[in-house]
Amino acid sequence: MNSLYWIALKSIWRKEVTRFLRIWIQTLLPPVITMSLYFIIFGNLIGSRVGDMGGFSYMAFIVPGLIMMSVITNSYTNVCSSFFSAKFQHNIEELLVAPVPTHIIILGYVGGGVARGICTGILVTIISMLFVRYEVHSWFFVVCTLLLTSILFSLAGLLNAVFAKSFDDISIVPTFVLTPLTYLGGVFYSLTLLPTFWQWVSKFNPIVYMINGFRYGFLGITDVSLLMTFSILILFLVGLYLIVWRLIESGRGLRS
Amino acid sequence: MSSIPALELIALKKRYKNGVEALKGINLTVQAGDFYALLGPNGAGKSTTIGIISSLVTKTSGQVKIFGYDLDNDIVAAKRQLGLVPQEFNFNPFETVLQIVANQGGYYGLPRKLALQRAEKYLRILDLWDKRNSRARMLSGGMKRRLMIARALIHEPKLLILDEPTAGVDIEIRRSMWNFLQQINRQGITIILTTHYLEEAEMLCRHIGIIQHGELIRNTSMRNLLANSQSETIILDYIPMSTPIHLDGYDFSEVEPGSMEIKIDSQNNLNDLFHLLNEKQIKVISIRTKTSRLEELFVDILRHDDTVETKKGNIDE
Repeated sequence: MNSLYWIALKSIWRKEVTRFLRIWIQTLLPPVITMSLYFIIFGNLIGSRVGDMGGFSYMAFIVPGLIMMSVITNSYTNVCSSFFSAKFQHNIEELLVAPVPTHIIILGYVGGGVARGICTGILVTIISMLFVRYEVHSWFFVVCTLLLTSILFSLAGLLNAVFAKSFDDISIVPTFVLTPLTYLGGVFYSLTLLPTFWQWVSKFNPIVYMINGFRYGFLGITDVSLLMTFSILILFLVGLYLIVWRLIESGRGLRS
Repeated sequence: MSSIPALELIALKKRYKNGVEALKGINLTVQAGDFYALLGPNGAGKSTTIGIISSLVTKTSGQVKIFGYDLDNDIVAAKRQLGLVPQEFNFNPFETVLQIVANQGGYYGLPRKLALQRAEKYLRILDLWDKRNSRARMLSGGMKRRLMIARALIHEPKLLILDEPTAGVDIEIRRSMWNFLQQINRQGITIILTTHYLEEAEMLCRHIGIIQHGELIRNTSMRNLLANSQSETIILDYIPMSTPIHLDGYDFSEVEPGSMEIKIDSQNNLNDLFHLLNEKQIKVISIRTKTSRLEELFVDILRHDDTVETKKGNIDE
């Protein structure tokens, strides 16, 4: 039985990875170009006038945030568009008729989202090295926050796809929720620059904790408690997983 | 052949959220090795039944057993026995033919190497091997149907359900698909088929079930059903005559000059008819049946069911 589930999981994961690699011009190239522009404009041109932030050059300060931004966006988008397309084209039925449990379906799709998130994260990291030199403060925090955040946003993308009924529905959340939260999550600035009230408000944004946790791994500086970062990550992960599992298991949007 | 039925549906009910009662407690047993036709008009409940068996529709109540495995309590074993060829194309059109079939093998736990071997086997049998690296969207309608059959067979199920497998394919491909289905049925795979081509059901299937308004109104052997055939309509082409034609005792109508439809029932036979045609000096050029016997029966049964309250007692087996 375990062998069946393991093979099924690998099959879904392989299908997902093949999908985003096949359309690499739509999946891997855009974040590389977008992040290169961020590095050139915000890091190089404007950043040189901003001066240091948290004891690091502005370029070095924004690198972790930009990597995390691309990981969040790509993990989310990959699962959301792939699962919704499978629903839309009805090829999700290939999985529903087969003896594949809901846990394996979730893990397979999330695995695909994590793979794309990490691929783009690595590509953006390589691009950033062309602009700034830095040493990683703690690989443990880098890997942990990167993986957990990627899993979390893959689950969020899956949740979006389960509810989505049209292609509009899979672009609304990224446009109106994810992008503002990411931009206001401290990618380009330290929370200490904000007035006290807005610092307090920012702490309701979960992305703040993920970006700061990742920045700590890279630079050894953070605006928030690391315990809080991992607590928030675990809390959202468990919550989202249970919601997604319940919805898929009950056949929401999949079975009539 | 196994004595365990290939499929058992016990008091199967489905009520959709909008209140529509699609299935009203269907009981059906399909024996292992059978070639079974599930017929019914659009909206009768065929697709809902197939959807429940294949886990794509959630049942309201009842029980489904596939080769003795309960779909609720022994879901993995039950699903492993079943292959489904759905009515609509439901593969990813951007994946290649080989990817679609091999990945499906993976979902049933076939290691990649074995899945690729099986994919080659079935793609060759179904004449799709040359197209293995083509994107599915580039295939013709007939090829897409065959792709779905290859995908359904990759885990070598004991029960294959085909929901209108020959819809929209040309007659040559249809006949080759019939041959293939007969061949795998002879090899021991139980087949359940829904189709709107009644000639197809008559030619392939040994047993037949007719669903109407969410109830199984007939469940019998094809031979028994056809033996109950009360009438058959034939079309005669003849040399047109200047005087009106009267064929006493026959229900007939002139379709156009030189062509008439005559209903032959248990009260009369073809010998008597030709005797009468000779008497009337009608020179027959050709003769053919208007529709298949099953088609006439099917229409009669549905019409009768609409006017008479259906009772469980009219189920033959």
